[in-house]
Amino acid sequence: MNTLTLWFHKFGSPPTFHRVTGLLIPWLFAAALLIGLVGLYGGLVLAPADYQQSDAYRIIFIHVPCAWMGLFAYIFMAVNAFIALVWRIKISEILAMASAPVGAWFTAITLATGAIWGKPMWGTWWTWDARLTSELVLLFLFLGVIGLYNAIEDRRQAARAAAFLGLVGIVNVPIVHFSVSWWNTLHQGTTVRLLGPSRIDSSMLWPLLLLALATHIWFFASVFARSRVSLLELEGGKEWARAIALGTEHGHE
Amino acid sequence: MRYGTTASACAAVIRRDLLLTWRRRGDALNPALFAIMVVVMFPLALGPEPNQLANVSVGIVFVAVLLAGLLALDNLFRGDHEDGTLEQVVLSPHPLSLLLGSKILVHWLSTALPLIVISPALAEMLHLPRSVMPVLIVALILATLLLSLLGAVCVALTIGMRRSGMLLALLVLPLYVPVLIFAAGACNAAQMGLPFLAPLLWLGAALALALVLAPLACAAALRISIT
Repeated sequence: MNTLTLWFHKFGSPPTFHRVTGLLIPWLFAAALLIGLVGLYGGLVLAPADYQQSDAYRIIFIHVPCAWMGLFAYIFMAVNAFIALVWRIKISEILAMASAPVGAWFTAITLATGAIWGKPMWGTWWTWDARLTSELVLLFLFLGVIGLYNAIEDRRQAARAAAFLGLVGIVNVPIVHFSVSWWNTLHQGTTVRLLGPSRIDSSMLWPLLLLALATHIWFFASVFARSRVSLLELEGGKEWARAIALGTEHGHE
Repeated sequence: MRYGTTASACAAVIRRDLLLTWRRRGDALNPALFAIMVVVMFPLALGPEPNQLANVSVGIVFVAVLLAGLLALDNLFRGDHEDGTLEQVVLSPHPLSLLLGSKILVHWLSTALPLIVISPALAEMLHLPRSVMPVLIVALILATLLLSLLGAVCVALTIGMRRSGMLLALLVLPLYVPVLIFAAGACNAAQMGLPFLAPLLWLGAALALALVLAPLACAAALRISIT
């Protein structure tokens, strides 16, 4: 077995996962906070006001990173759900289920900031635009996964059922992402593009990208923290989990 | 037909489910009654003005049919799960997806078909123009088939739960959003005299996809739920 596969298998074992993420989480949270603060300073103080929307546009620095994270969380969940269903890897089940509430919150924040932004710009809190509707549907998909996971008693069966639902719902994610170009109504088109030049000034772009990076790191920190708890819950009967609960884990390495 | 083949197994499932439906034929009318009740509530709430009702009639009919279908979905596997038949179906040597596809077909025949039959009456109650009626019926056939297929996947995941009604709505409705948009979109376009073929074709394409994939997904979901 080469080093990478070995590392992968080790990371997939619950005790190692618990130990490694325990070391990583404080650093991830600190990095997310630091990068996020720099990004917010750049976005709220350094970046110039928009020529049309003046200062009201600055909510973009929360809205857009959260919208990206909602989609990212769903894809992350679906990938882990696929791994969990095909290879029955316990950690993937837990990661998939841990990312659902985090993704749901990012989506909820996107909808809330979008409504706050929409009021001064469009004159309404809500409009039945294709993209807004898809984002709402994305939130419902997250809530469905969480609801199904909580409704089934057996934890592993619940995770597999909810993971399957997440995979069925993945059809929705491309609809969300491409709906702007399909049914474009009120919501503006894509401004930041991976290929080709972005249609946003660089003074506004770098805080946006920093905040996107910060939310990604925060997402992983939060998902790892949630995973550790459910892992301990799931493995409560095992030797290593008991050792941690009794505070004697150092003798067991 | 020879015994022991997959075709004969599917035929047996269809015959059995149709017979069960026939023996309890009163129950089969419930979704249709429910849809009528929902539709009756709207003129009472919105007022009897014919023009106003005509404007929203397509949406009301589709939502009423959707809700009726949602309530009926719960019964798709419930009886079979409670008496153990479903486990025998899962254990049978024939492809589970085909057997489940047969069950879904009978479920559609017994719950959605009555709804489609009464839909002209529902549309008439809401003053939908006669010219839209054929489009409405075609859209309803495509949409209810999709609802049964997509719904079956979600029902298979909630098997064994005692109270799954609310949760089932949360699981099914997000998946059903595009279907509703295209089906009602076709009828609205027809009502305004615009071309309505494209949304119907989209629905047909989605149905072709769902006919192949949904029974497979339903089988996979059932194997997760029944362990």
